[in-house]
Amino acid sequence: MKQIPFTIASYDKFIEDKKLMASKCVKCRAIWLPPRPICLTCKSDALEWVELNGKGKLVAFTVIGVGPMPMINAGYNRDKPYCSGIVELDEGPRISAQILGVDVAHPENIKIGIPLTATFVERGSWHFVEELARVKKTYLAFQA
Amino acid sequence: MTQRKRKLGRGVAMVGAGMSAFGIRPDVTNRELFAEAFLDMVSSVDRGFDPQDIEALYVGNCGAEMWESQSVMGALCADVTGLTPRPALKVEDACASSSVAVREGIMGIASGMYDMVLVGGTEKMSILPTNWTTMALACGSDTTYESAAGFTFPGLYASMATAHMERYGTTHDDLLRVAIKNHNNGALNPKAHFPKTIKDVMDMRKAQAKEKGKPIPNWADEMEFLHDPRYNPVIAWPNTLFDCCPVTDGAACILLVADEIAKNFTDKPLYIIGSGQASGHNLHDRETLTSIPAAKLAAQQAYEMAGVRPQDINIAEVHDCFTIAEIMAIADLGFFKEGKEAATAAGEGKTARDGIKPVNVSGGLKCKGHPVGATGAAQVVEIFQQMRGEAGARQVTNMDINLALNHNIGAHGTTAVVQIYERR
Repeated sequence: MKQIPFTIASYDKFIEDKKLMASKCVKCRAIWLPPRPICLTCKSDALEWVELNGKGKLVAFTVIGVGPMPMINAGYNRDKPYCSGIVELDEGPRISAQILGVDVAHPENIKIGIPLTATFVERGSWHFVEELARVKKTYLAFQA
Repeated sequence: MTQRKRKLGRGVAMVGAGMSAFGIRPDVTNRELFAEAFLDMVSSVDRGFDPQDIEALYVGNCGAEMWESQSVMGALCADVTGLTPRPALKVEDACASSSVAVREGIMGIASGMYDMVLVGGTEKMSILPTNWTTMALACGSDTTYESAAGFTFPGLYASMATAHMERYGTTHDDLLRVAIKNHNNGALNPKAHFPKTIKDVMDMRKAQAKEKGKPIPNWADEMEFLHDPRYNPVIAWPNTLFDCCPVTDGAACILLVADEIAKNFTDKPLYIIGSGQASGHNLHDRETLTSIPAAKLAAQQAYEMAGVRPQDINIAEVHDCFTIAEIMAIADLGFFKEGKEAATAAGEGKTARDGIKPVNVSGGLKCKGHPVGATGAAQVVEIFQQMRGEAGARQVTNMDINLALNHNIGAHGTTAVVQIYERR
């Protein structure tokens, strides 16, 4: 079977299918999320796809009222802020994602270290050109 | 990576430096801001010079494509300053664009290719509405994986702040004290975007309330004012408005020459003795969230090249796009220990203008303003004036400034440049 290339498009397709897929180095076993075409540890390009279990913990976060256009178009604003954070997955890698199910009205109550589970949300695309920004895409998010 | 001691092929000196007024400049474009900085630079060269002797330009510009729908800023800046047809390189490395331009110009002279080059940067940002400026700035992070997760620039630095708070017990007041300190400095800088102390701003708000016949807020001091969300709202928690640098229009430039001809132009040239630059991963891929690894590496390279230590540096201009960024910078540069010592340095007066290690005497990005493509060069303009004793009311007077440093971060640490300057 032909290897699925380690590209953003492949990753996006997996996310669309609600699968959190990473690239794993065949040589040194390091796991990369977002997936990479070259292992950062041993620089090998011998990689394979692995599915992660989607469980992790919060390591840093913010609550944003003034967001970029895709978040504004998704209905977020000063009165309805959202949380973005960095999540450390059980398998080791860290990823940026929107964090759902936390008390955005009281960010001081959001605790670093809380357990999170991967989920998937739909929003417009990141693009300056309106026609492209309107295209809906599935994004990785995490649920507290 | 193979480690080899890097050095300049020949010495490079600064003999002129200038900047435009920073702020909201509705009547001028990028190239005109650059021309304003250029003319200011020309007037700073003690014995004068013929601008036609400039052999090349290196112009930092982060996003005129987005803000002005205009690329080729190098050639346009050559045109407006009368320097066409010299080679003109536009350099983009987000908020470190002009520091990278300075460094490329240094290498142009050190290589023997040129004897005199113009380096600097320009950015016109106030054109777009806030939501589009947020987008334009966010293009400096990884739009596929970071911006698409909702992260803005204030948000990325806010995340570093939450990690710092969790790890070291840093408080939001520690962050706000950086803003108070930098506004105290910037209030004395006539070219700053907001040449006001936070106390001045607080008194202004009281006066405005009185004028409008509204109840006059009774804040006891500036910290209490900063705690008032009506006047200092959250932008990206825990970053409030006063933790963030403003959106600014401005330009800055510097005249670099080979060191053997420097004395033709002035008795007080300044010499570039150390230069370092490194790149970094996305925030989520770094081994630490409480330090900027690229900045540490760039600093190490610059110290090694210069043969000096952090404690030898007299003053520094560092990248305080957000208050937490200065706290991380002064640790990454080795001035203070990462954690509580760095977090409390501003509050304890250590980094004040009359402190043991004055940091951001210009007012920093926070108060002077942050026209992203011009910021690094503007840091060097401040160093030029401070080292020559020409900084007016904000001149550091409690020490001789023989060694100074600038630290400029591109994006949230995907690029870092550190350079060291010597007065002989």
